[in-house]
Formats: sequence, structure tokens, C-alpha cells
Amino acid sequence: MSGYNLEKKNIDKTLNLKAIKPYGDTINDGKVQVSFTLPVPYCDEAIEAAKILMKKMGLDNPHIVFSKELTKGFTFFIGYGDCIHTVNFENIHVPKVHVEKMTMEEIDSLIKEKIGRKITIVGATIGTDAHTVGLDAILNMKGFAGHYGLERYEMFEVYNMGSQVPIEDFVKKAIEVNADALLVSQTVTQKNIHIKHLTELVELLEAEGIRENVILIVGGPRITHELAKELGYDAGFGPNTFAEDVGAFIVQELLRRNSR
Amino acid sequence: MKSKLGLDFKKVEYARTLAKKIANEVYEFVKPRSTTSIERTICRFLGIDGVNSEGVPLPNVVVNHLKEKGILENGAAYFIGNAIIETNLSPQEIAEKIANKKLDLSKLKMNSVDKIRDVLKPFVEKTIKRIKGNKLKREKMISEIGEGKQPYLYVIVATGNIYEDVVQAQAAARQGADIIAVIRSTAQSLLDYVPYGPTTEGFGGTYATQENFRIMRKALDEVSYEVGRYIRQVNYASGLCMPEIAAMGALERLDVMLNDALYGILFRDINMQRTMIDQFFSRVINGFAGIIINTGEDNYLTTADAYEEAHTVLSSQFINEQLALLAGIPEEQMGLGHAFEMNPDIENGFLYELAQAQMAREIFPKAPLKYMPPTKYMTGNIFKGLVQDAMFNVISIWTKQGIQLLGMLTEAIHTPFMSDRYLAIETAKYIFNNMRNIGDEIIFKENGIIQNRAKQVLNEAIELLETIANDGLFKSLERGVFANIKRSFKGGKGLDGVFTKGKYYFNPFEEKMLEGGVQQ
Repeated sequence: MSGYNLEKKNIDKTLNLKAIKPYGDTINDGKVQVSFTLPVPYCDEAIEAAKILMKKMGLDNPHIVFSKELTKGFTFFIGYGDCIHTVNFENIHVPKVHVEKMTMEEIDSLIKEKIGRKITIVGATIGTDAHTVGLDAILNMKGFAGHYGLERYEMFEVYNMGSQVPIEDFVKKAIEVNADALLVSQTVTQKNIHIKHLTELVELLEAEGIRENVILIVGGPRITHELAKELGYDAGFGPNTFAEDVGAFIVQELLRRNSR
Repeated sequence: MKSKLGLDFKKVEYARTLAKKIANEVYEFVKPRSTTSIERTICRFLGIDGVNSEGVPLPNVVVNHLKEKGILENGAAYFIGNAIIETNLSPQEIAEKIANKKLDLSKLKMNSVDKIRDVLKPFVEKTIKRIKGNKLKREKMISEIGEGKQPYLYVIVATGNIYEDVVQAQAAARQGADIIAVIRSTAQSLLDYVPYGPTTEGFGGTYATQENFRIMRKALDEVSYEVGRYIRQVNYASGLCMPEIAAMGALERLDVMLNDALYGILFRDINMQRTMIDQFFSRVINGFAGIIINTGEDNYLTTADAYEEAHTVLSSQFINEQLALLAGIPEEQMGLGHAFEMNPDIENGFLYELAQAQMAREIFPKAPLKYMPPTKYMTGNIFKGLVQDAMFNVISIWTKQGIQLLGMLTEAIHTPFMSDRYLAIETAKYIFNNMRNIGDEIIFKENGIIQNRAKQVLNEAIELLETIANDGLFKSLERGVFANIKRSFKGGKGLDGVFTKGKYYFNPFEEKMLEGGVQQ
């Protein structure tokens, strides 16, 4: 590509939180990079199609900087454009897990002081999902990135059932050990299989009449708190969650419930 | 070869004798036992295929029948051979009759073992001939059209629809991939049967079925001729059906199979007795069919720390090597696994990874080592991810790895887009070509960081092997020596499929494939 953009930028360069735009190197320049593949052979028309598509995405001055036919009939594009849309940043409300940050020691001593017994947790990756990286990061003794897992905590009794646990077995275990909190991990999200698994679990807990007796938590790379709430969970934790975040939520939620 | 790492090869030899002791002890346990999956494999090899009216595979129907009648201990070959004599039907027809409840193998008059062996001979030879034919065809294609240079570029396809997988696989081959792995549906390792027919709607992949194998083989052969390189096909044997899937791979000319009981024990909670017995026959089959096995040590590092637990990978490679040798697998077919999984924040982490990879290369000089890309510390920052993958590629070409599982910049986000795969292949080819002989040019500083790290890992591996040799592999797994995971001897799935061989038991395929006997 040609390199420097020497054209004058005739845009209002003041930041307006009521109408923010992507930032390349100047406020309100709207610069966005995109990459995508179109199911057509490489040709001039293909590049034109890519530009038209970018315009439809709301990207003005579409510029295709790279294109390559990956295999017969499929062309890959990298492009830049100026986004025409804005967002009112002052008007946004994201549902969040309300939890006060605590350390492992603080959590343990709060449980000792206010609850006076160990809190029982059952965790599993349910359904067909075979991934335990997320679950282990929260539960395993060793934890992740220097944050010890809940097994290391003095005041948590943890049952980690591992991966591909049938939903029925998970609920059976929850009843058997009289769990205070259930932790479900879902990594595989192809074709929204995780939604199906997660919904089935809530239904089964309700059918068994124990939904209200447990704190129900879901975690995974595609999980948000909003999604979790929609599905009937008490909390959802996404990426960058550590054991102490989950632990703190469990103890604080338990205390909230006890005080009701 | 002089070690670039200053490794003491006397220590390496010592480690091998420890591993051999461990493997021999496992084999002593395996030898007098068989499993339902091994018997189903024998059924398949005798030509039994298809499903009954309820969709149950006929090999399962036959073996369940033997089990119900309480006669499984003498094995499927014995009873099917006897039924051939008594009914004059083919094994397939016998299986169909059993499925329709029109034949009870326990009610037939029993013939002498010699007579039974004789009648089975043509069936055994037909299968052996087919597998040998596949091996020859592979060799012939490679000599005719050639193959990619090592490290072979290995990519996955995972659409869940075998026909869509074919499109993706051919595209990847055209872009430069040498090996295509068709990702298996996540739950299959725990199924105690092999599904039948093509998969068009799988979750997280397709099933390993014989039909899927056939469809992909045909597509890869087509594209092999088109691109002028033999394209290898991969699938996964590990799980409850190790020997059955290995058998299907042998029949349909797969080239590489994931074959690791330890993986099943640790990560799928499969019973250790069951899968160790299964593994032996499945490796015999893979070895005979010229299929490269891939072992799963890399997975240890997704749960355990890659820096601290590096020696567990090396110990496991030593053990897997000896277990494979017992099953008749030549070193050239041992794709021992390891991975680039250290925390990227470690100072000099690249040097430690380099030491580990070079060490594996020097200790297993003939093995087409399987090197796995970073996954644990891929964050979703695709731009950094591409650099992490580049670092991994540099080590691979530097240390001459055999099979390079290409990292995807979108790891931890989604299964690869066509463009992700293109970027992975394009950048790996750039690095491999640009740094082709760097390993021949650069030597390591004596007693520097790299040399010392390798020596340290070897010493730690020897210590671990000494303990395992002392306690036995099964006891050691109960103690949680690998991946920080503990498994019990009688726990996990599939133990009910294990039995002790009876007086008349024989496995004609194992005997034929291991003609020279087991070299203990």
C-alpha cells in the first residue's frame, strides 16, 4: 500500500463521550481494520465486492490492503475503513458480578468468622465438553498464574468432577455432598452447544427442587455475567477471572442469602 | 553424534534401561489379558461391519453376545472360527445371525483349536494383505510424487461435517499443509463402540468412523496428486476403542494416529488396566500398518507447569518409546509428543524451550517428534498470538522437529477459519525456509543457560524414572506423577471390559503382525 495518508483530516477532533468512534491516530478518525474471506475467486470484482461489503458495514473510504486467493474460489481480504457510526458511552449499563475483591486469607477468615464451617463446592465441565483448563485454573490446588485454586483454601471443600460429566451425575453429586455452590465450566461453544448444556442443568436443578439451595456459577471464555443471568445462573465469569474472584463471590453471596 | 547440549549419553542409556523395566512390567500385566475392544477389533479384521436394527455396531453385538453367554474368555476368533466350521457362513453372516437372535455361539459343537485356526487363515490373510497393500501404496505414492520436508506442517479441520472438512482439508493442502488431522467429536473417547457411517453434524468435530476415514482418504489422495506432495491423514485412536480405531486406520490407510493410553487415563479418566491392554494391540496394528503414532505428553503441560514439570514429559517419552518398541513400532514411527507451553512472561523462556526441544531431538534422534504449539497462554490477542506461534516455529526448525502442529493465531477463540490456517502455514513456511539450517550453524555455550537446563531436566527425569521403576507404572499413576493428576487402579471407565484370557484364547492378527515375537 502507499503508506502515509497525507490528506487533511477535516473532522472534529474533540472527544465527545456521547458519540465516540474508533481511534486510529486522531480522535474521531473512525479507523477500523477488518479481515474476512469471500467465497469467490480472486479478481477485480472480488475486491470491489469486499469494498461494497465494508461500506455496508458502515466503513467509509474502504481500502483493501491485501488480498489473496486461499484456495480455489475463496479470497481473503485485509481492509481499512472509517467507521461512520458512533456510540453514546455515557448511556451504557453492563450487568456485572457485584463482588468485593478479597485475598485467599481474607476469604478463609471471613468464612471462619461468619459462616463457621467449610463451604462445599462441586465443579465440573458438563455435557460433551472435554476442556478442563478453565475449571482447573479456578479449582486446582495449583491454580493459574500465581493465583491458588479453591482447593488450596482452608475453608472450601472442593469436589472437582473433571470433564464430560453428564448433567445427571453432576446434580446427583451436588445432592449427595449437600453443595453450597456449583461451578460449571464450558469451553466448547460450537453451534451454541454450551447454551443447551447450561439450560438443561438449570432445568434439572429446578426439577430436583434444589435450585434455590445452591449458588450456581458458570465460567468460560465465551461466558458473560449477562448471559449467565439470562440462563438463570447467579453469576457468570469470563476470561481473566481468578479463584479469589469466584471464592469471594461465593462467600459474599452466601452471607447475603443468610442475612435475608 | 556429539551433543550440542553436552548431554551425558551414559545417563540417557541409564534412563532407557529404567524405562524398559517399567514397560516390561506393564507388558507382563498385559500379556495374559484381553478386552472387549480388542475382541471387537478381531471381529472387524475378520470382516464384520455394519449395525443392527437398533444401530448397534455388529462387532459390539458379537462381543456382547459372547459376554452374555459367559464365553468371552476364549476370545472372538475362537468362537467365530468355530461357527464358520459349523455353519459354513462368513463372519459377517454369522454376526448378522447373532444380531437376529438366530444363532447362539455357545450352543455349537466345539472343534479343535488347530481346525479353527485353519479355517480362519484365509480371512486373516485377506486382512493382512490389505493392510500390507496400504503400506505399499503409501510408500509408492511418496516415491512417485514426493512429500513435504520435515517438520511436516500439520493442521486441523474441525467443521463437524466430513464433507465440509474435505473442502477445508484440500484448501489447507493447497496452501502447503503436509498433514491433515480431522478433529474427532469431543465425546468419542468415552464411547465403548465406534459409530457407523459418515458424520454431517458433529459437535467439536466428526466421529472417527471407517466411512469418514474413507471419504477423507479419497480427498487427500486427489489433492496429493494435484499439489505433488503426499498428504498425510491423522485421526485419534486414544479412548475406549483404541485397537478398533487403529484397525480402521490400518484398513483405510491413515498415516498418523494419536495413540496414547496415558492420555486416556489422565485426561479422559479411562481405567488404566483397560487402556494399557488396549494400547498394546492398537500399537501392534499401527506399527504393522506403517502408521506414525503420536503420543500425548504435550497435554501434561496444559494442566501442569511447563517449566517445572518438563522432566515429566521426558520421562513419559522414555516410557512411551519402550512401550512402542515392545509392540513392534520402529523408532521412525514414534511421534513422541512435547509442547511449547511455558509462560511467555518467564525471562529467557525461549532458551528453556529451545533446550527442551533440542534435548528431545538428541535423545530420540530417529523419532518424528510431534511438537505442539502454545495454547495455554494464548490470550485472544491475535497479534501477539502470531508472534508466540512464530517463536514456536523458530524452535522447531532450529531443533529439527518432525511434525509441527501449527499454532493458530485465533487459538482460544474459535476453531480455525480458512484464513487462520492460511496465515499459520504462510508464516511457518517463511520461518522454516528463512532459517532452514540455523541448527547446523549455531552451537550452544558450554555450561550456559541452555546446556544446563537440558542437563537439569535429564537428571530430574532420571530421578522420576527411578521412582516409577521402583513402584511400577500403575502405582505411580495412582500417586499422580504425570500432569498432577491421580487415577486409581480400579477407577475410571471401561474396567468391566477387561478379562483374563482362557485356555483356548488366541488373537491371530496379533500373532501375524508380530511374527518376530515381542522383544522384551
